[in-house]
Amino acid sequence: MTTIVTDNCKSCRFTDCVTVCPVECFHFDDDMLYIDPDVCIDCSACIPECPVEAIFEVDDLPEDKEKWIEINAEKAADLPVCEDKMDPLPGAEERKTELGF
Amino acid sequence: MSNIGTEEHPLQVAIVGSGPSGFYACEALLKSDICVNINMLERLPVPYGLVRSGVAPDHPKLKQAIKVYARIAESPRFKLLANVKVGLDLSVAELTESHHAVIFANGAETDRKLGVPGEDIPGSHTATEFVGWYNGHPDYRDKVFDLKSETAVIIGQGNVAADVARILAKSVDELKHTDIAEHALDTLAESNIKDIYVVGRRGPAQVKFTPKELREFESLELCQTIIDSEEMLLNPESAMELEDKSNSAQRKIYEQLSKLAALEHSNKPRNCHFTFLKSPKELLGSGHLEKVVFEHNQLSGDALQQSARGTGETLELETGLLFRSIGYRGIAMPSLPFDEQRGLIPNMDGRISENQQALPGLYVTGWIKRGPTGIIGTNRADSVATVQSLLEDLQTLDTGTEKSGADGVCNLLQTRNVRYVSFEEWEKIDQSEIDRGQPKNKPREKYTYINEMLDLLG
Repeated sequence: MTTIVTDNCKSCRFTDCVTVCPVECFHFDDDMLYIDPDVCIDCSACIPECPVEAIFEVDDLPEDKEKWIEINAEKAADLPVCEDKMDPLPGAEERKTELGF
Repeated sequence: MSNIGTEEHPLQVAIVGSGPSGFYACEALLKSDICVNINMLERLPVPYGLVRSGVAPDHPKLKQAIKVYARIAESPRFKLLANVKVGLDLSVAELTESHHAVIFANGAETDRKLGVPGEDIPGSHTATEFVGWYNGHPDYRDKVFDLKSETAVIIGQGNVAADVARILAKSVDELKHTDIAEHALDTLAESNIKDIYVVGRRGPAQVKFTPKELREFESLELCQTIIDSEEMLLNPESAMELEDKSNSAQRKIYEQLSKLAALEHSNKPRNCHFTFLKSPKELLGSGHLEKVVFEHNQLSGDALQQSARGTGETLELETGLLFRSIGYRGIAMPSLPFDEQRGLIPNMDGRISENQQALPGLYVTGWIKRGPTGIIGTNRADSVATVQSLLEDLQTLDTGTEKSGADGVCNLLQTRNVRYVSFEEWEKIDQSEIDRGQPKNKPREKYTYINEMLDLLG
């Protein structure tokens, strides 16, 4: 069991989730965030924080997003930790509207 | 301009409480670019607050948050002074005399009352007492829970209610390899409970359980979950609520409840019933709880603002055991302002305030600041915000007088014969608990009496 960031985060990266993570398990690149499954304690605090509903518990993950389990684990291993809230990516608000939120 | 917060003149901060909000305040201070010494005071000899004594024993992964706190405690600028009761062993005034700032992170230690006749009859307990008891909290070590009743009732619709129900529902085999306290496991092994009723004031579209907690009720060894399909029916406003885009978390909870309601009933020996739209009116019994009278509720008001109102129709349930789990409540700290109605310390952005005036050098974070809502991580954002306020006030915190910090406090404690416990000493208790757990294949066997903890340290 772990918690997964999926493609809705891409080009948004609002990072509201980061402020409530009790264990600093979010990592980031220029596109989005990823959760380190070895550090995440499955508290689910981040899930309702995401304005574009990009974060899922593994058990709730839609089938077409299952590849993100591996992507999160791989990316998180090499990328820096996101310790604090960052500014959303340019165009994040437009992308949010586009996604229907 | 003073040089406060520099190597020569470090900011001296006391944090009262060693749970999540205290440690996240500590983390935020250590991450800031000022030089700070932090003294964390804890009333028990052991740290970590509700992560140690609130999080359910069968949720070990959540307790891994402790790893983060232990890492914060490694800082040479951090000092733990445990087994020290602020307000009793040390006054708030003595803390402010020895520190530039004091952050209260002492949580919400008691429960809200139902306010119904018979509430305190033997057999009626608070969830806090039961949770503290099975988690080995010294305050609740000698509480007696009589599990001879075949029926147990839990009033509440949140995760603590779910924890209490699950611990009552689980088999000894499901619990014996967790860090549940031994005395609790022994009592639970003798339990006669067959029917557990989790009763909520509002409807299935308003409950506060998380989907994850509910999912655990799908696959208990000895207990099946029963939700009457009629109980899942929604009034038009609730149906609208679940369609609302801003309410998608609640929709997930409802879907998970529906899944539980649709489960085929098996013939497991225990049943956990979730039931809605009922409020206890009276607890009855001669000398001990015998039955609860409930009143049916209906929801009224607009979508997302509905409240439960009694219909006048009542129903009785025979039971000898009841837990109320309708929310925690803070306790007043001597000499600090307190909002009696909300059960918290009044504040403005984390600055403790009285009559809309901030009291210099006094801050608050966590449940005692905002009330008992949110989970472990919610406290991180909250503590970051309080520390932000403190740092904005930095220059005003220097009153020109020298602050003795840990030295001053330790001197006072020594003259009062208060046996304070350091972080290194806690690590000794920690290791001993882990060692005690090993032969039983438990992550730890907690010490549950304060004198046992102190005896270990010599």
